Amino acid sequence: MAFKSEDDAKNYWRENVSLVVKLMVIWFVVSFGCGILFADALNSIQLGGYKLGFWFAQQGSIYTFLVLIWYYAKAMGKLDAKYGVEEE
Amino acid sequence: MELQTLTYIVVGFTFALYIGIAVWARAGSTKDFYVAGGGVHPVANGMATAADWMSAASFISMAGLIAFMGYGGSVFLMGWTGGYVILAMLLAPYLRKYGKFTVPEFIGDRFYSKGARVVAVVCLIICSVTYVIGQMKGVGVAFSRFLEVSYDVGLYVGMAIVFIYAVLGGMKGITYTQIAQYCVLILAYTIPAIFISLQLTGNPFPQIGLGSTMADGSGTYLLDRLDQVVTELGFAQYSTQTRISTLNMFVYTLSLMIGTAGLPHVIIRFFTVPKVKDARSSAGYALLFIAILYTTAPAVAAMARLNLHQTIEPTAGQNLAYDERPDWFKNWEKTGLLAFEDKNGDGKITYNNGPDNEMVKVDRDIMVLANPEIAQLPNWVIALVAAGGLAAALSTAAGLLLAIASAISHDLLKGILTPDIDEKTELMWSRVSMIGAIVVAGYLGLNPPGFAAGTVALAFGLAASSIFPALMMGIFSKKVNMQGAIAGMICGIFVTLFYVFQHKGLFFISEWTYLESWGSNWFMGIEPNAFGAIGAVVNFVVAYVVSGMTGEPPQEVQDMVEYIRYPKGAGQAVDH
Repeated sequence: MAFKSEDDAKNYWRENVSLVVKLMVIWFVVSFGCGILFADALNSIQLGGYKLGFWFAQQGSIYTFLVLIWYYAKAMGKLDAKYGVEEE
Repeated sequence: MELQTLTYIVVGFTFALYIGIAVWARAGSTKDFYVAGGGVHPVANGMATAADWMSAASFISMAGLIAFMGYGGSVFLMGWTGGYVILAMLLAPYLRKYGKFTVPEFIGDRFYSKGARVVAVVCLIICSVTYVIGQMKGVGVAFSRFLEVSYDVGLYVGMAIVFIYAVLGGMKGITYTQIAQYCVLILAYTIPAIFISLQLTGNPFPQIGLGSTMADGSGTYLLDRLDQVVTELGFAQYSTQTRISTLNMFVYTLSLMIGTAGLPHVIIRFFTVPKVKDARSSAGYALLFIAILYTTAPAVAAMARLNLHQTIEPTAGQNLAYDERPDWFKNWEKTGLLAFEDKNGDGKITYNNGPDNEMVKVDRDIMVLANPEIAQLPNWVIALVAAGGLAAALSTAAGLLLAIASAISHDLLKGILTPDIDEKTELMWSRVSMIGAIVVAGYLGLNPPGFAAGTVALAFGLAASSIFPALMMGIFSKKVNMQGAIAGMICGIFVTLFYVFQHKGLFFISEWTYLESWGSNWFMGIEPNAFGAIGAVVNFVVAYVVSGMTGEPPQEVQDMVEYIRYPKGAGQAVDH
């Protein structure tokens, strides 16, 4: 076992899952929420020439996805180090 | 210089480059062949993944679809990129830690069952072969238009090229070739987009140009102008037209997302990076490289649509005379993908959404290829677009062939049927199965009556309803067992296939449809292409219920799940 204790193993996994859940909530809200479910409402706001709902569906969601993946890679690196389970 | 000569030069040069790289990086061992020896840098791997995954559908078809679907086309943009987030967070790092070659191998080990592995192999082969057919068709179309040969000849040339570098090079060759292909395809996509954005809005960034005002001094936003032009012609308003319904868009997007995350040829990419850490960042690089094309595509779509209407009707009521139609119009008429019929006999072109429409055929797939010609860009740009379309189709075809080859030689032969074969024989069989797959895909590409169109959707549906849930449950649950996983996969596929066949005809033969393909019989108004997500839900539910009724998996399997959840101790991809 790579962890110092059973508790560490449990906590590491709990933190991992809670991070992923948080990021997936953002993932959902931006794409399915802003891009689809609330697109009509958001369309009354303009972002330059874009209607906001349309912008989220065709531009904004993709930019958000990028930020999410990069944040995840960074945060997981830190988490690995915290529990001493990073690769040598 | 003549367009055709230029095209020959540009396409010829890029092909020489790909083949040169493939020969230079020839694979020596099975490990090189399958996973490039585990030693590819994350940036390089990200580029290769991007090329692998951006297919002819992304390059040639997607902007065309968006051009005519408007806001509804967003399902492809969000679906295909959003799937990457799932892949990066829920699958890639764990599968890399597990550290073997193939997706069926993981499913077989995790659910301690050769049966599960065979089911996974079958799903993988069906969804990969159907996907290859789409690529072969793209190659055929692109070659036939730009080299002015017939579709059949275009397809044969494509098969030969794929054969040379996929079969000889293996993963190592494919990885380096795909890096070159990414560069070609992204230049070919963005250069014309920048030119057109400059022409229309004066802004060199298409992503910003799409939200800017027209350069004609009117002060009108481009999207508002487009909305106005299309609604005046009786089409739905571009920036708000939904795809069937909000619910359908929701389910369709979800299906494409989890389908993307379950595509074996994309997952296999994450076995090729040296570390778990790299698997995480590699997904980030891949999405960055993909996002360059995907954020440009909506601009290409809207601008192409606007240019098309403005060419045919420069000012309201002043329609273009058929005799004065531009060259691109004539060229695409020859392919049959664009057709005009002078219904009212006035010699002018009427294009609208009414009964007097005279543009009887405007194929969506021609928009990206015709776009630079419509915008009157220089010939070298048009030649580059041809090379880009081919790069996209070929790189994806190669990755798919590799996934098929490893499923047959490594999972089916080495893993189950003939475990005693040595490395050399295994390598030979993987090459043989690649050749087999090329021939099958080529044959089906030559005979595509209604087949190819339906099959790509099926590939995503199958990946979404079978492979994705099995992987996800294998990692995140210790309780799902062999019986649950197998029952789940079979039910997921069955539901998805049943729904698709019911509306599109058994095995896509349209006479065999037993319910009509469009409309009233749809389950909650969801179109067949979007049904993978429902299949996935069925898979999850069945797997949990069946697992609950049967026993827990053995301790060593639960330990394995524990082991893949943290990075420490991940080796190089395991030799065998």
